[in-house]
Amino acid sequence: MAIDTPVKATAHQAGRGSSAASGRSRSRRRVRVSKVWVKIVVTLLLVVEIYPLVWMFLTSLKSNSDYLNHSTWSLPTTWEWGNYTEAWTTGHIGLYVRNSLLAVVPALALILLLGAAAGFALQVMVWKGRNLTLLVFLAGMMVPPQMILLPLFTVYFQTGLSGTLWPLILTYTGTGLPLTVFMMATYYKSVPRELFEAATIDGAGILRSFWTISVPMVRNALLTVGLVEFFFIWNDLLIALTFTNSQDLRTVQVGLLNFTGDFGATQYGPLFAAICLNVFGTLLIYLFLNQKVMKGLTSGALKG
Amino acid sequence: MHRVLGDRRAIAILLGPALVVYSLIMLVPMVWSLGYSFTKGNSIDGFTGNGVADFSRLLDDPAVRHALWFTLKYAVVVTAGQVVAGYLLALLYVFFLKRASALVRTLVFFPVVLPTVAVGLLFQKFFQVAPQTGPVNSLLNAVGIDSIDFFGSSSSAFWVLVVMDIWRSMGFYAVLLFAGLVDIPEEVLESARLDGATGLRLVRHIVLPLSLPVLMSSLIFSINGTLKAFDSIVALTNGGPGNDTTPLTLYMFQTSFTYGDYGYGSTIAVLLTVVCLLVSLVVFRVSRRDLTEG
Repeated sequence: MAIDTPVKATAHQAGRGSSAASGRSRSRRRVRVSKVWVKIVVTLLLVVEIYPLVWMFLTSLKSNSDYLNHSTWSLPTTWEWGNYTEAWTTGHIGLYVRNSLLAVVPALALILLLGAAAGFALQVMVWKGRNLTLLVFLAGMMVPPQMILLPLFTVYFQTGLSGTLWPLILTYTGTGLPLTVFMMATYYKSVPRELFEAATIDGAGILRSFWTISVPMVRNALLTVGLVEFFFIWNDLLIALTFTNSQDLRTVQVGLLNFTGDFGATQYGPLFAAICLNVFGTLLIYLFLNQKVMKGLTSGALKG
Repeated sequence: MHRVLGDRRAIAILLGPALVVYSLIMLVPMVWSLGYSFTKGNSIDGFTGNGVADFSRLLDDPAVRHALWFTLKYAVVVTAGQVVAGYLLALLYVFFLKRASALVRTLVFFPVVLPTVAVGLLFQKFFQVAPQTGPVNSLLNAVGIDSIDFFGSSSSAFWVLVVMDIWRSMGFYAVLLFAGLVDIPEEVLESARLDGATGLRLVRHIVLPLSLPVLMSSLIFSINGTLKAFDSIVALTNGGPGNDTTPLTLYMFQTSFTYGDYGYGSTIAVLLTVVCLLVSLVVFRVSRRDLTEG
C-alpha cells in the first residue's frame, strides 16, 4: 500500500503533463465548448422552472378584459392589485388559510410529540417485539389513504365530529405517524445509549431522560421531520376534500379547487391572485428554511 | 441498567399514545374497509351484506379495467421520467456545476413544496386554448403550428399530466440522487479517469453501478407515490375528458362520494391496496437481486 501510492501519484502527474503538452489549445477549446453547453442547459432549466411562476404572477395583476383580449405574453395594461384583496375577502382565501392553520398546527404538534416518544421507545429502550412494532408502523407508508377513508367517514359522521376540524386533525395525526416514527427511530440510533445509562446513575427516571436529555438532542431532527410533515399535510387534498363538507371548513387546497367553480371560471384575475397567494406563501416558508427542507425530504426518502 | 431501559411502564407511556392513535386511525379502518367491501350502501342510508357481489362486479367493470390500466401506465411513465430527469440533473450538479450548484438546486427544487392544486390550476391555464390561448399554444402558433386542445383528447391530456408531474418532482429526485452521487469517493472516479474512462463510459461503468442503491430507493419512492397520485390529477383534468385520465384513486373517490356507493368504493380501495403492495414487493425483490449481483 505504501509503495502503491507514490506510483499512482507519479502516473497521475505524468498523465496530466503529457495531455497539457500535446494539445493545450485543443483541450482549452473543449473546456470552453462544454462550459457553453452547460450554460445553455442551465438557462433552459431555469426558464422552465421560473417562467410559469412569473407568468402566473403577471396574470394575477391583469383585469378580465386584459386577460381575454391581449396576448398571453403581454404585461398587464393596468396593474390590478385589487385582485389580491378580492381573492382574500370575496374569495375567502383568508378563511381557508385560517382553517388550514387550525387543522395543521395541532396535528403537527401531536405528530411530533407522539412520534418522538414512540421513536424513543422503539430505538433506545430494550424490549421484545420492538422490531415487529416498527414494521407495523412502516406498513402504514405503503397503504393508500383511500383504504381508511370510508370507515373514518362513518365514524366521524356517527360521533358528530363531521361539522368540525377534528376529523382533519385526527386523520393527519394518524397518517403522519408512520414516517415520523420511522425517521425519529433512525435519528435516535445516533444518540449513544450510554448517555441515558449515565443519566440513570445520576438518578433520572427514563421518562425524565426522554424529555430533558433526548428531546433537546434531536431538536434538529424534530425541526426537519416537522417541516416535511408540514408540507405533506398543508398540501393534502384527499383527506381535506373528504372530511370538509361545508364551505366554512374548507382548507386552502379544497378552497382553491372550488375557486374555479365558485367564481374563478369568469374572474381570472382573482383566481390567479388566489393561486399566487398559495404559491408564494409556501415559497416564502421554503426559502426561509430551504436547506432543512431538502435534507429532511431526502433523508426521509432514503430510509423510507 | 436493563431494568431501566426495559421499564415496561415507561415503554407503555411513551409508545402507547402513538400506537393507539395509529391503530384507531389506520389499522382498524384498514380491516374495517375490507369488511365494507362485502357490503352495499353508505353511512347515511346504512349497510347491508352483499357477499362477494362487489368483487365480481369489479372483475366485469370496464371502468375499473380502464382505471387500473391508466394507474399502471401513469406510474410507469412518470416514475421513469422523474428518475431519469432527476438522475440527469444530479449528474449535472455533481460533474458540471460542482460547488456552484447550490443555487440551481434550490431553484429546481421550488415546485416540490408548492401546493399541488395550485400547480394543477397553473398548468391548466398554461396549456389551455379557450377562453385565452395559453403560453404553450401561443408558442406553437408562433412557430406555425395550430393550437392543440390539450385537454380534449385522452392522449394529450395524459402527456400534460406527465409533464406536470415531472416538472413538479424532478427537483426532489435530483437532490435525492445528488446525495447519493456525492457519496462516491473521489479516488474511485479519479482512478477510473486515469484508466481512460470519460463521459458516458465513466457514467455507465463507474457512476451508475455505484449509485444503484440510491437509484433503487428513488424508484421505490416514486412508484409508491405515483400509484397513489390523486390531487395533481383532480386539479388538472379531474379525470377527463370523459374518464380517460381517471386513476383508481379518483375512481374510488367518485364511486364513494359522487355515487354514495361505499361498498363498491371499498372494493376498489382494496384493489388499489393490493396493487400498491404487489408492485412494491416486485420492485423490492428485483432491486434486492440487482444489488446483490452488482
